[in-house]
Amino acid sequence: MPFPTIFLLAALAAAPEQAKPLIRRTYRPPNYESPVDAFKQVITPNNRFFERNHLSDIPKLNLKVWKLSVGGDAAEKPITFTAAQLKHDFKQVEITALAFCSGNRRALAQPRVSGVQWTYGAMGNARWKGVRLKDVLARAGIHKDAVEIVFDGADAPVNDKTPDFRKSIPLAKALDDDTLIAFEMNGKPLPQSQGFPARIVLPGWTATYWVKHLISIDVVSKPFEGFWMKTAYRIPKGKFPAVEGHWPGQETESSIPITEIAVSSLITNIHENQIFRRGQPSAIKGLAWDGGHGLAKVETSTDGGKTWQLATLGKDYGRYSWRQFTAAFTPEQPGAFTIMARATNTAGNTQSTEPIPNPGGYHHNVVQSLKVAAD
Amino acid sequence: MVKIIFAVALSMSSALADESQLRLIDAPGRTLVATSCITCHSLDYIPMNSKILDRKGWDAEVNKMIKVMGAPIRSEDTAAIVNYLAKNYGR
Repeated sequence: MPFPTIFLLAALAAAPEQAKPLIRRTYRPPNYESPVDAFKQVITPNNRFFERNHLSDIPKLNLKVWKLSVGGDAAEKPITFTAAQLKHDFKQVEITALAFCSGNRRALAQPRVSGVQWTYGAMGNARWKGVRLKDVLARAGIHKDAVEIVFDGADAPVNDKTPDFRKSIPLAKALDDDTLIAFEMNGKPLPQSQGFPARIVLPGWTATYWVKHLISIDVVSKPFEGFWMKTAYRIPKGKFPAVEGHWPGQETESSIPITEIAVSSLITNIHENQIFRRGQPSAIKGLAWDGGHGLAKVETSTDGGKTWQLATLGKDYGRYSWRQFTAAFTPEQPGAFTIMARATNTAGNTQSTEPIPNPGGYHHNVVQSLKVAAD
Repeated sequence: MVKIIFAVALSMSSALADESQLRLIDAPGRTLVATSCITCHSLDYIPMNSKILDRKGWDAEVNKMIKVMGAPIRSEDTAAIVNYLAKNYGR
């Protein structure tokens, strides 16, 4: 994606100076995660939402001149849209969905693996509003040979030899009613950090496919072969049967692209070594999610997993949103104890008890084990 | 060309003032490592991955940056870069 360097200069000059209410992992490209206290609400505020970038040249696009081109060798009549056309010509839809970074909790991987060392906060839940990808694709006409849809954003490498960040998805996923080209997040235009002016929203799949600063969509007749599909964001075959799916065009003998978000949960109101008052009613609160099957239950334990109690689930915002849970407990004995939470989805999948080693450090959904005490 | 303009932008931009304060461990090879990496990404990528990679791992990482990401690193500098990373940020 060759972009004039003027964009780079403009982007640098315009970068905000104020401290972000986020945890910085890297300055450039900017990678920030939410602290756990950003997860007290169901909807993660825009200014506390994790930010992931792969490339350092991130232009600030002007909505008035921005265009989205839809083409590719399997598009029947390539077409270009302005923002106004997209907003006026197509039905606007809104969906609450979890954006979940593939590498979330990589820092907890055993053995440790290199990469951005995310802890718990490379994820966030928002209301995304935009148009259906399938409606836009229909205007370009999908040839019968089409197999994948390829997305490109305006972000570009500083070095021309670095592979541009482009991602593809299978045609069937692109035609899903819930796959959007989003312009708004929680009722506001997408922030620059979230891909202004438009990003892909692919509910249920990890956020690597949620391409930001979207400028082109290609309908293609062959599996896309870019670095970010063929080499990066892959999981070993057979290690994660619950979320492996099938994507023949992108499979090799040994690996497959990461796709569906694994069932998991996060305790948001208790920290390691917290001291509780004996006899005083307390609660375990948190969030639970999966890749869109829906949650069946969340259980909590205050004895390190010997016994489990059903937690109460909060309001359901749809199958792609995470859900709050709460479970009351009262410490009866003084001394140390261990608090845990584990989610199970309607497909019968639950969280791991041990990390499953894989080169990317993906799908870490190990049940948390918080050592606390009562006085 | 891109690199020169980027360097100018880097020095002009107050937004990167914090980034410019990043310091790698002072040891032989530091300047070579910093100048080799900083065009494409901030130097915090290195300490972030401290104690994770052994020498073989850092060697693979540097080679990936050259062969896959197109890092403009001369082949005669590779050994010194890997050596610095393994010694100062190795497992």
